Amino acid sequence: MQFYASPEQLMRDRSEFARKGIARGRSVIVLSYAGGVLFVAENTSNALHKVSEIYDRIGFAAVGKYNEFEALRQGGVRYADLRGYSYDRRDVTARGLVNAFAQQLGAIFGEQSKPFEVEVCVAQVGADPGADELYRLTYDGSVSDEPGFVAMGGQSEAIASQLREKHDSASDLRATLKIAVDALASIGGENGNPRTISAAQLEVAVLDRTRPGRAFRRLVGAALEGLLVTETPAADAESDAKSEDEPSAEGTDPADS
Amino acid sequence: MATGLGASGRFSNLFTASGGSSFTEFLSQSAPELLPGRRPLPPGDHGAVAPHGTTIVAATYRGGVVMGGDRRATQGNMIAQRDIEKVFPTDAYSVAGIAGTAGIAIEMIRLYQVELEHYEKIEGTPLTLDAKANRLSIMIRGNLGAALQGLAVIPLFAGYDLDATDPAEAGRIFGFDVTGGCWEDKGYSSVGSGSVFAKSALKKLWKPGLDEAGAVRALVESLYDAADDDSATGGPDLIRKLYPILTVVDAEGVRRLTDDEVGAVVAEVIADRTANPGV
Repeated sequence: MQFYASPEQLMRDRSEFARKGIARGRSVIVLSYAGGVLFVAENTSNALHKVSEIYDRIGFAAVGKYNEFEALRQGGVRYADLRGYSYDRRDVTARGLVNAFAQQLGAIFGEQSKPFEVEVCVAQVGADPGADELYRLTYDGSVSDEPGFVAMGGQSEAIASQLREKHDSASDLRATLKIAVDALASIGGENGNPRTISAAQLEVAVLDRTRPGRAFRRLVGAALEGLLVTETPAADAESDAKSEDEPSAEGTDPADS
Repeated sequence: MATGLGASGRFSNLFTASGGSSFTEFLSQSAPELLPGRRPLPPGDHGAVAPHGTTIVAATYRGGVVMGGDRRATQGNMIAQRDIEKVFPTDAYSVAGIAGTAGIAIEMIRLYQVELEHYEKIEGTPLTLDAKANRLSIMIRGNLGAALQGLAVIPLFAGYDLDATDPAEAGRIFGFDVTGGCWEDKGYSSVGSGSVFAKSALKKLWKPGLDEAGAVRALVESLYDAADDDSATGGPDLIRKLYPILTVVDAEGVRRLTDDEVGAVVAEVIADRTANPGV
């Protein structure tokens, strides 16, 4: 027997389904800082990344179902490489990529019985923080251009309100990382107390503004721990130097190799 | 379809195409017209229609490998270009130099660079050095038809093997033939029209346990010898300050020597040879 469901009802059900799926996971934060764009995700896996490189100046972060955002990410890498190969590397832009993702997500939301339970951020690093582009895409293909920072997944509203207060795109990597980790830690602790998040629970990467060519690099191991320790003037200078010397050339991940 | 963008503005196959981690396999489904070696050629020998690049040399040393190339492209008896670049970094730890039809070779190297980067991004880890050499030989195999009609491309491939047990032995060189056969060359190698002379020079100059400067010097000498006896290989052009391209690959990655660095080595070689020019 066929039951009638109005289009409004169908769309509402799908939205609710997707939102629930996304809210179950841990959050990801993407934000501009003086030296580039910083990605911070709570992720205990070393191999299943939530944050990845797409192209020279473009990075990708996602929350939700792994197989679904991984399909988007691979499509994004194909889009970027195909475009860069048939035109020029400079012709690969975050905006074009976002359009491709939006088309795909919108089509799946409208045509398939189950929408993608994902939320995606595409970031492009510019010459200065004002020129950074951060796009947020939701499960239904809608896009927003977010100035300065994006928080997705889990209790993203609560995290976003903290970031709104503290985020300053002129601050350095260490300070910006602290803001992001504090915001992640403020959610989910017992009795409203902040949790402690160790380096092993974090997936951190940057799009380095000053680096020519492929700007994406992961911060792992000692470099990340150095950035996370409580700030003292001497340690600050030392670990800043260390993070610059991080040998993960051309976006390769030392943890993987 | 050149960008995978369908007429409706929808990306028809970006998200659904199979082909896994290989950009070439993806292209063959989505935009086969962008692949080299897919164009039908009329019968006959077409070697004279386009410029050819010539001599590439490479040598290993303790802790890495250096590749060098002269700057000349020729078309028949004409010099088509005197500042052509024939040695390219292909990713963070490998480099390829090309001899043969310049246009096809440069297209092939561009595709190869994307191929390596694409795999690294999709898989989250780079290919091993042997796999990189294997991918290159597959590409050369695809060009066999054109090669038999005079449009051959023969690369030389070198890289730093991150999986090597002994870092001193991590610099490796791979040579190819026109059918895609791939062999590892121990110590030193050369391809192109001047390679007979360059190899003879390297046979005397290369020794196990050279340092980086020693390997660079040996390569500059060998290119000088190639240019001395092969008209298609260009010698150092002191008037225009055009020197061979030399690219070092070591544990730190790929680094192209600056013109000043190469210029200094070239000046030493020329000073030595001025003292003893030979006959």
